[in-house]
Amino acid sequence: MKSLRRFLARITNFITRRRADDRLQEEIAGHIELQTEENIRRGMPPAEARRQALLKFGGVEAMKEEYRALRGLVFLETFLQDARYAWRMLRKSPSFSAVAVATLALGIGANAVVFGVLNGLIVHPLKLPQAQSLYGLERASDRMGFESYPNYLDLRARNRSFDDLAAFSIASAGIDTGSDATSSWALEVSGNYFDVLRAQPYLGGFFHSSDEHGPNSAPMIVLSYAFWHARFHDDTGVIGRAVRVNKHPYTVIGVAPPEFHGTIVFFFPDFFVPYVNQEQIDGESFLSARGSRRVVEVLGHLKPGVTPAQAIADLNSIGADLEKSFPKDDGKMSFVLARPSLYGDALGPPVKAFLAGLMMLAGLILLAACANLGSLFAARASDRSRELALRLALGSSRLRVLRQLFTEAILISLIGGAVGLWISVLLLDALSVWRPISRMPFSMPVNPDARVYLAALLLALASGFLFGAVPVRQVLRTDPYEIVKAGSSARAGRRITMRDLLLGAQIAICAVLVTSSMVAVRGLARTLRGNFGFEPRNALLVSVPLSSAGYTGDAATAMQKRVLDAVRAIPNVQSAGLIDRVPLCDGGIPSAVFTDDTSDLRPSNAAATPATYSISPEYFWAAGVALLAGRDFALTDDKNAPRVAIVNQEFARTIFRSASNATGKYFKREDGSRAQVIGVVEDGKYASLTEDRRAALYLPALQAPATDTSLIVRAAAMPGGDAAWKDESQQLTRQLRETVRGLDAGLPVGIQTWYEALNTVLFPARIATVSLGLFGVMGAMLSVTGIFGLAAYSVSKRRRELGIRIALGAHRKEVVLAALGRALKLLAFGTAAGLALGILASRVLALVVYEATPRDPLVLVAVVLAMALLGALATWIPAQRALAIDPAALMREE
Amino acid sequence: MDVQKRPSHFPVAFPKKIWHLPVGNLNEGRMKQKTDVQQGTLALMVLKTLEVLGPQHGYGIARRIEQISGDLLAVNQGTLYPVLLKLEQEGAIDSEWGASENNRRARFYRLTRDGRKQLQAEKQDWEQTAAIIGRFFDVKAGDLP
Repeated sequence: MKSLRRFLARITNFITRRRADDRLQEEIAGHIELQTEENIRRGMPPAEARRQALLKFGGVEAMKEEYRALRGLVFLETFLQDARYAWRMLRKSPSFSAVAVATLALGIGANAVVFGVLNGLIVHPLKLPQAQSLYGLERASDRMGFESYPNYLDLRARNRSFDDLAAFSIASAGIDTGSDATSSWALEVSGNYFDVLRAQPYLGGFFHSSDEHGPNSAPMIVLSYAFWHARFHDDTGVIGRAVRVNKHPYTVIGVAPPEFHGTIVFFFPDFFVPYVNQEQIDGESFLSARGSRRVVEVLGHLKPGVTPAQAIADLNSIGADLEKSFPKDDGKMSFVLARPSLYGDALGPPVKAFLAGLMMLAGLILLAACANLGSLFAARASDRSRELALRLALGSSRLRVLRQLFTEAILISLIGGAVGLWISVLLLDALSVWRPISRMPFSMPVNPDARVYLAALLLALASGFLFGAVPVRQVLRTDPYEIVKAGSSARAGRRITMRDLLLGAQIAICAVLVTSSMVAVRGLARTLRGNFGFEPRNALLVSVPLSSAGYTGDAATAMQKRVLDAVRAIPNVQSAGLIDRVPLCDGGIPSAVFTDDTSDLRPSNAAATPATYSISPEYFWAAGVALLAGRDFALTDDKNAPRVAIVNQEFARTIFRSASNATGKYFKREDGSRAQVIGVVEDGKYASLTEDRRAALYLPALQAPATDTSLIVRAAAMPGGDAAWKDESQQLTRQLRETVRGLDAGLPVGIQTWYEALNTVLFPARIATVSLGLFGVMGAMLSVTGIFGLAAYSVSKRRRELGIRIALGAHRKEVVLAALGRALKLLAFGTAAGLALGILASRVLALVVYEATPRDPLVLVAVVLAMALLGALATWIPAQRALAIDPAALMREE
Repeated sequence: MDVQKRPSHFPVAFPKKIWHLPVGNLNEGRMKQKTDVQQGTLALMVLKTLEVLGPQHGYGIARRIEQISGDLLAVNQGTLYPVLLKLEQEGAIDSEWGASENNRRARFYRLTRDGRKQLQAEKQDWEQTAAIIGRFFDVKAGDLP
């Protein structure tokens, strides 16, 4: 208590220290006055009386010092003194300060951005109450979070581990709010969804389990805040308004709060509809199909006190029971729990690995920046050795000198950190509103929060101490006597100094960054030219969501035929075909197939689970998939004809052990029907670029109808290449839009080139390349400033020596070598080390960037060339300075 | 400190009072040991003086202590002021401006309630300690059982 009071008093005094100094002064004066008067009364002459009074009072300065120490916060006072001094020093050499601040801003900015993304997507992804007990269910077999709706109902009813289980599914739907029909994205959610997530409505109310009364019984929607804001302009009268979803009447019952967008961190739906109404949204009912597994994702809060392991055991026992009860529908049902924010384990691990990799690289950038600044500071400390020596000689303790140097370092690091943070906040805010894939409602909610600010502050302080520590040894060894006597002449030593090591390390780090960025860029370039198993050039993708316009069943099939015929009649169209899911863009639904002699069709007996597509005749031609054997589907392959299928080579190899003579053979599908292979097509990529060879199965649309299909339209080959294709694609887009509108004006169509659509798939690789490329550029910049700093410094230190060499007749080459030899040697060593490390590190890159291989002569050559070029760039000015030394002028100067 | 360890490095004589230069606090450590003991007794004397005499300015306190203790403050009256400050920060005393005997402005110190309590407590402590120490000095080897 006492000490606290004293501390508070000290703080007040610290703030009011001027006044207190005056007070003490006055008290002392008064004291001495009184003593003098007393002395005079005792008979001393006035002068002597005053002298005696002063003597009696004792050393005023020493007392004042003690008084001050007692009164204020000495530490803070010295700190402020140091900070003011440091500020003056920085102002005195603005270019040094600017370089230092910029270097750090770069390093800390890069870290803050990566950390911000990490923070937004992984550390703190869900802004929901008690998000830490929220788990999603996944099957242990494939780590996918999908269940069929009946399975979900059983799991919900029978588990004893969760408070409640909710289910959701992503769907696209046409919504007509009175003005125009647009295609938008919705979450079909179980009635208890909002209650399970413990969300509160922003406006109106949410629907609940009690609103569900069987299929299509709850025609109500909840709008997302953003959609309400954009479409209804914050109209609070929206509650109770009638809208049409896929032409069915619905009522708006509420608006979700601004931060609520479900549990997938990057997905922002426009509205929420009850899952029991999914038939109206999806065009077919999944409510009672136990076997169609890929329907809903299931999640819920664990009950208090229940561990994930207990919950898994509970779920597994239900799963085993379901397996037994429905052997035809349910395969192995064992579960794991995962965080729902990144689609559980489907996206979580790769995203985490990638971000961790980026964080490491960002750390390297900061380390390189610190090495850079460390050598700058060391150089500066040796330039200031005279000043330091003088201060030591005048009685300053070494500790105090070091404190002064550290204060300078911290000041720079804080300014640099502030600038870096400012840049990163701008970047993160821009990232948050960016929609990387135009047709999907994806964005990254990575707005910086307190954690990001704190991280930046800590990084700034840490790096300040790191590079501030570099000159410590130098200061501790300073011998003031020697330096005051001899002046600050540099000993041109051959030894390897701390600075050299730092610069070498820095160049190595930068070379790592440059290498990895080159590897990534090369990988992406190769990916873009790679073989997808189809030809995206000169092809347009038209999405025809027939269910949004109310077509189902036979009406949908008829409409598809009309669309196809109309499109094929457009002059510039070479071919057109339908497919239910576009490979790579929408993936492909896996379905189990069995060899022809299998009789027990339980999922565990499946011979393969190929990606399965439903296509129209001419699809292969339009998509540019090579038909290797057999024939294409024809319009005669309809419901009344024998079941047929076309498979890819991998399918033929897996099921029939031979790719060449698969045509004519039979296999069995999930429902037990036999299908005959009538053709074999080339392998391709179906779900991701990095997948291994995968079996694929194509079924005729007339035998396996699908409502929502994409139309692939191949334009007639045009002379004139890519530039002409751009114009042509625009013209074709217009024609296609008019054609479809002519058939049904209420049908929302989305048209894009196939390359545009591939952006989704290429997005990770692109992001990786862009971020690695940026890091590479930063690394390059840092190595330039580092080499430049050392070279310029060594030239300015050795001007006299170089002048003498020139006076004695040294050639230009010799002068440059003498001046810059060390910098160039360091560059060579650093690059070699960095290249080796970079090649090792690139193995990690291969996880993200398809076809990223560091054993690529082009990459190696490019890295060496780039580093050499950077070296040349960085040493150019110092070399010119060395050559421009005029020995005569130099002699006169000394 | 460093400066004293290597006198040979300073062929030029630096003034002895190095600590008057604004470079570091050489005198910080040296003063402590002496003053800690002194300050304790001095503080007690200040409190007692204020209890007996009522509000007093610094000079008045110094004179009183000088009269009673003899030469404790004969040389260094100034050391009183840090002690006064410390007591004020602890809340044992309070101060305000007033007029001195010669009608000059002077800072008058006054015992607070806390200070009075502190004085009581410390007085007991002190008497106890003094008694114990006194007994120690009185005891002779033969007195022990």
